[in-house]
Amino acid sequence: MTLQEYTSSAHNFEECMKCTVCTAYCPVVPANPKYPGPKQAGPDGERLRLKDPFFFEETLKYCLNCKRCEVACPSGVKVADIIQAARIRYSKSKPKLRDRILASTDFMGTLARPFAPVVNGMTGLGATKAVLDATMAIDKHRTFPKYSFKGFESWFRKNAPDQTRFPEQVSYFHGCYVNYNFPQLGKDFVKVMNAAGIGVNLLDKEKCCGVAMISNGMIDGAKKHAAHNVAVLGKAVDAGRKILTTSSTCTFTMRDEYPELLGIDNSKVRDEITLATRYLYERISSGEVKLKFKKDYHAKIAYHTPCHMEKLGWGVYSVELLKMIPGVEFTLLDSNCCGIAGTYGFKKENYEVSQAIGKPLFDQIARVAPDFVACDCETCKWQIEMSTGLQVKNPISILAEALDI
Amino acid sequence: MEFDVVIIGGGLAGLTAGLALQEKGKRTAIVSAGQNALHFSSGAFGLLDAEDPLQAAKELPEHHPYARIGAENLPKYTEAAKALFGKAGIALNGEPLKNGWRLTPQGGLKRAWMTLPEVDIFPDKEAIKGHKVLIVNLLGYLDFNTSFLALGLEKQGCSCRIETLRLPEMERLRENPSEMRSVNIARVMDSAWIKVAAEIKTLVKDEDWIILPLVFGLKDATVPDRIREAVPAKVLFVGTMPPSVPGMRTQMQLKKAYEALGGTFLMGDEAISAKTEGSRVLSVSTRNLGEVKAAEFVLATGSYFSKGIASDMNHVFEPIFGADVLLDEGRSAWYDPDFFSPQAFLSYGVATDGQFRVLKDQAPMDNLHAIGSVLGGARSLELGCGAGVAILTALSVAETI
Ligand SMILES: Cc1cc2nc3c(=O)[nH]c(=O)nc-3n(C[C@H](O)[C@H](O)[C@H](O)COP(=O)(O)OP(=O)(O)OC[C@H]3O[C@@H](n4cnc5c(N)ncnc54)[C@H](O)[C@@H]3O)c2cc1C
Ligand code: SF4
Ligand code: SF4
Repeated sequence: MTLQEYTSSAHNFEECMKCTVCTAYCPVVPANPKYPGPKQAGPDGERLRLKDPFFFEETLKYCLNCKRCEVACPSGVKVADIIQAARIRYSKSKPKLRDRILASTDFMGTLARPFAPVVNGMTGLGATKAVLDATMAIDKHRTFPKYSFKGFESWFRKNAPDQTRFPEQVSYFHGCYVNYNFPQLGKDFVKVMNAAGIGVNLLDKEKCCGVAMISNGMIDGAKKHAAHNVAVLGKAVDAGRKILTTSSTCTFTMRDEYPELLGIDNSKVRDEITLATRYLYERISSGEVKLKFKKDYHAKIAYHTPCHMEKLGWGVYSVELLKMIPGVEFTLLDSNCCGIAGTYGFKKENYEVSQAIGKPLFDQIARVAPDFVACDCETCKWQIEMSTGLQVKNPISILAEALDI
Repeated sequence: MEFDVVIIGGGLAGLTAGLALQEKGKRTAIVSAGQNALHFSSGAFGLLDAEDPLQAAKELPEHHPYARIGAENLPKYTEAAKALFGKAGIALNGEPLKNGWRLTPQGGLKRAWMTLPEVDIFPDKEAIKGHKVLIVNLLGYLDFNTSFLALGLEKQGCSCRIETLRLPEMERLRENPSEMRSVNIARVMDSAWIKVAAEIKTLVKDEDWIILPLVFGLKDATVPDRIREAVPAKVLFVGTMPPSVPGMRTQMQLKKAYEALGGTFLMGDEAISAKTEGSRVLSVSTRNLGEVKAAEFVLATGSYFSKGIASDMNHVFEPIFGADVLLDEGRSAWYDPDFFSPQAFLSYGVATDGQFRVLKDQAPMDNLHAIGSVLGGARSLELGCGAGVAILTALSVAETI
């Protein structure tokens, strides 16, 4: 054992040298003065909390868990993990009904989908929004993600072209959003994979990755989901399949939050979970896969790197894939949180902060004036679409529309 | 992933090399584990703490990076440095071949080579004598010590008056006293500077100098100049406790310029290990991307502070490649118990040959070059050559790749 191993805690708060660089890059600090900032909420506060839990402050709930502090810290302190772990350990506030509803993405999806036209109609109505605002504190400015009448899973079972004809097979973790709100992304994924000569399997009943439960303090639920997912992902790994995803947040949650925050051992599956863009890029650059694009495709695209993508460090794959498409005029947007942070921005008390955080991004998008925005995260998509009026597309969907098949 | 050149470390050295190589048409990536020493910069770059730095560089021992570049080659790189920063939108003050003086937070003078645009550089020491100075701070801001500054300036024959501004824009920040830090204030000042300028106008009496803390110009680099234009006296900005607002902005500007030239900046990723074959590096493995291949590799990982050099009780080592490190035998030779004496351990760093090719088991690696404060033998704190070594070694290596 080295000296470090004797002296470091799980989230290494003692390696902080008090430089405040994390606070300088935290998107919440300039927008919400009630938030103590990552240094104070993280390593500084941890010292006190270890002495006496009395020092825990409920203001830690303002943290977006965007991990930008960790990306910036010169000492490699897991600042955001310290903050989230403290919330899990010490917070006395119970999730409200509203938080439970927002967090239960798959449960809500199952309930809402059969009534999709009705639910969509209702959540789109000014009157419903006003009621939600008043009774549930879900901000009335928010546009609700639409529920799809038919889920992706059932579409896949009935309509997906025969996948067994491909010698190479991957498993797809589609996530709640693709299943309940936007099956088109899943269909695009199948189309792109098949064009690359790869067949798609679904997992043996995936559950929501649990990110929204984690941020809403529903840790027991999140742990159950994590344990279930690790088990079904394990089956795919045993069958020799990679697990591909189209959401940077689900990917990040299953790879890093399961062990770091939930204490769920995912070591068997972690390295097999990867974003479809990364997988494709690697196969293309090694020459194993060739994609044929339309000759007349034209699009001016601005790419937004979601916070969890920034933390994963994989934005580069999406960027390089998009640049590969002939006829694409590409801009990489500055690194800036969009402000939604999953369910955070849906809450009435966070609406203004959420929009203030995203403002520099929205302003830059307006200046660049692209045809549409590209991004690998579904909640960023809602936020950017609502705040800029532009459409946001997943890079996989962009590939699908640019492919010449 | 595969690039022409992979640079490990995105501080002053790594970014300078990245800019120079992209300009040459190379396809490069910078892997950077976290933010860097620029975030602690005084706003002034040091070349060498000497009356005539280029002359003094000739006297340096052979292990010093300047001796490796060759004192005769330094002028060309110092000129190139100013031009390169200029292209990135950073108009450095000062002359590339000379030293000047800058005002310290203690009201003294310190040698500086070139300074970031908002930091004044004076050709000689006389320049700060005999002024009437108005020092202005913002209420609640503790990282700018006005009395220290006034005391120091008074020793130089200046007379000082201190005023504190209370701005409504700052009240929100004041709700959270631990966050009254330079950068948080600077974010507010990107728009609230207009009020600061207006308030100062009403405060000035017969003063010819106004001194403000360096909390202006974080996102909008034009703010310090706009204040200067708006105020009827010479405005000087003096460094604060970290983080450094001009340093942080400079990092953002350099990164942006690098990306605009087509460079790939991999923020928050860390090179963990390397694959080598004989005297060649084939690839490095990063935490996020796995194997990254390149024809050439540049090691710009900084010193202890940035973990480019690491140590335990009995070893000082370079963690990625296990490169040779220049150091003294035996732990007791590493340090002087007198804290303020020059400390030997601060000069330890990677050993290279004359072209900055990294030595491993005493033989040079063909395609691995070290630049900046990861290099051994620089003694930058003692000699005042930190930024100079970072920039000039980067330019010199970029030329050979
Ligand atoms: C606190 C402080 C203040 C200073 N102030 C001044 C000043 O005012 N003026 C001056 O002239 N000089 C100053 N210096 C000297 C300074 O060292 C140089 O000016 C210069 O900034 C060093 O640049 P660099 O790029 O070599 O290293 P750094 O700026 O240290 O950058 C190294 C980078 O490499 C990254 N890195 C390390 N290991 C890995 C890895 N395994 N994988 C990926 N990335 C990695 C680090 O995260 C960091 O971003 C100061 C130094 C310090 C420590
Ligand atoms: S950036 Fe890292 S080292 Fe600096 S204060 Fe924050 S946690 Fe501590
Ligand atoms: S995770 Fe994001 S919001 Fe939370 S402290 Fe870190 S930077 Fe701030």
